[in-house]
Amino acid sequence: MRSRRLTAVSSFASVGATEGDAGRIASIERTARGQGGRRSDNALLTGVCLMAPLLLFLAFVYVVPFLGVAAWSVTLPKPGLGQYERLVADPLFFSVFVRTFRVCLVVTALSVAAAYAIAYVWVRGTRLQRRLVEFCILIPFWISILTRAFGWLALLSNRGLVNTWLEAAGLITAPLPLAYNEFSVILGITHVLTPFAVFPLASSMRAVDERVLLAARGLGASRLRIFWRVFMPMTASGVVGAALIVFVFTLGFFVTPAILGGGRSIMAAELVWLRMFQSPDWGLGAAISVVLVALVGALMAALFRLARPALMGGSR
Amino acid sequence: MIQRPGPVALVLAGLVCAFMLAPLLAVVPISFTPARFLTMPNGHLSLIHYRELIDDPDWGRSILLSLRIGGVASAIATALALAFSLGVWMIQPRFAALMVGFVLLPMIAPPIVSAMTLYFFLTSLSEVSSAIGYDTWFGVAIAHVVMITPFAVVMILVALSQLDRRIDLAARGLGASALQRVFRVILPNIRFGVMMAALMAFFLSWEEIGVTLFITSVNAITLPRLMWMGVHDNIDPAVAAISVVLIVITTLALSGRMLLQREEPA
Repeated sequence: MRSRRLTAVSSFASVGATEGDAGRIASIERTARGQGGRRSDNALLTGVCLMAPLLLFLAFVYVVPFLGVAAWSVTLPKPGLGQYERLVADPLFFSVFVRTFRVCLVVTALSVAAAYAIAYVWVRGTRLQRRLVEFCILIPFWISILTRAFGWLALLSNRGLVNTWLEAAGLITAPLPLAYNEFSVILGITHVLTPFAVFPLASSMRAVDERVLLAARGLGASRLRIFWRVFMPMTASGVVGAALIVFVFTLGFFVTPAILGGGRSIMAAELVWLRMFQSPDWGLGAAISVVLVALVGALMAALFRLARPALMGGSR
Repeated sequence: MIQRPGPVALVLAGLVCAFMLAPLLAVVPISFTPARFLTMPNGHLSLIHYRELIDDPDWGRSILLSLRIGGVASAIATALALAFSLGVWMIQPRFAALMVGFVLLPMIAPPIVSAMTLYFFLTSLSEVSSAIGYDTWFGVAIAHVVMITPFAVVMILVALSQLDRRIDLAARGLGASALQRVFRVILPNIRFGVMMAALMAFFLSWEEIGVTLFITSVNAITLPRLMWMGVHDNIDPAVAAISVVLIVITTLALSGRMLLQREEPA
């Protein structure tokens, strides 16, 4: 329950759970109503009045302005689909999208692998191991991404820890170019998103039936074989869910890449920012936003279809 | 008896833990550097960057601004989220899932898209009155409300999902009005969840940077916005000092919580 409260991502699980209970409760309620209780119009009105403020607020502050942004993408600087054509045709923008996808893929693989190792110990370790791992997941999770990006600069920049130590040890004469490139961007984003991958993975690992593992052990399977052939396949849906979450988050991320890429390793979301504030080109920024929304929408739809069992059936 | 992780799993998890903590630890030596740029302290340590946090009024101002925005945004967000969640829980509308999905949009959409959208909204609002739109504390608070409300909704819905509906049914059966049910029956039972939601909402506003970057320029400089300038525009070791302060506070708070809470069964 604790991890569920903490993360945005596993939140879908809880919302799903409310839905799941709804059927059962509806039947209790029908019974109650049949016995004389009734849902008065008064209660219905109260409920609607309670829900209305947030729905109206978001419609006014979020949905309508988004339509405005979408309108920019086809009207600025002149009406038409010119901005979208530029996105496809211009090799510079194309290369940004290619880099974005490459970074997304690498970050996804790294985050999910790292999260799998750490979630495994978090779920199945001894009490002490669980505590230690939890500490290492939650402390970074609660610390601002600015601090964390700065931490990577402190480690990787020319006069940072790693280069200073390597030089002191006489292993290198000139600092290695570790920061302000795709390498540092990937490390930085992986660091931010690994905890997000841990929560769905831990959830699917808790759901594994211990008796199946015992049966495999009883039948003489080795540790490795139990892990590969029994445990891993049973957590596959958690892996898919975690991968999609990390991929989607990476796609729209721009603070960490903007700091750790140093303007050289630009990703799609950062390009929006540059186009908005450095070379005012709002139409293009808006067009990229619309493309990102479409991509994320498609991926989220896939997430709900594929990983629903893993995300919904978490630990209870 | 479950089989505990073997040595391979422990070593891998240990490496990941080191990876997770490394950048946080790396900030510490940098914060004691006597130099004005990012470098390892060379022989002697200095506290000038910690002094700067106190001497330079910008830091104090931005912290106060972040506290104010966080407080206002969290209060509004929690109120909106609580009302919405209660409504969903009480009348269970046919399209409940769709409505919840709708209010979670700002959480799911890429932050850059929310940033563009709120930039559009606040610049439009500025045309109505320059006191509440772009680059004002009120504008930032409104934008933060949009970004943090979904998280509050999720936490309050979780709290409500653990509430036994039969209690509410009993109240209804005994003739309680809708208002009585809300204030006398439901709220007292979920107050802890609501408090946690408000706290989480405050925290998310306190550290929000993605959207804030788009909607502020010179007036409404929150703490993350000021840190951004010290990391992105020029590398200022004062950011290392404030980072160490924040890391220490976070670590103490979390350790305290972890020590206090009961261990849940594995």
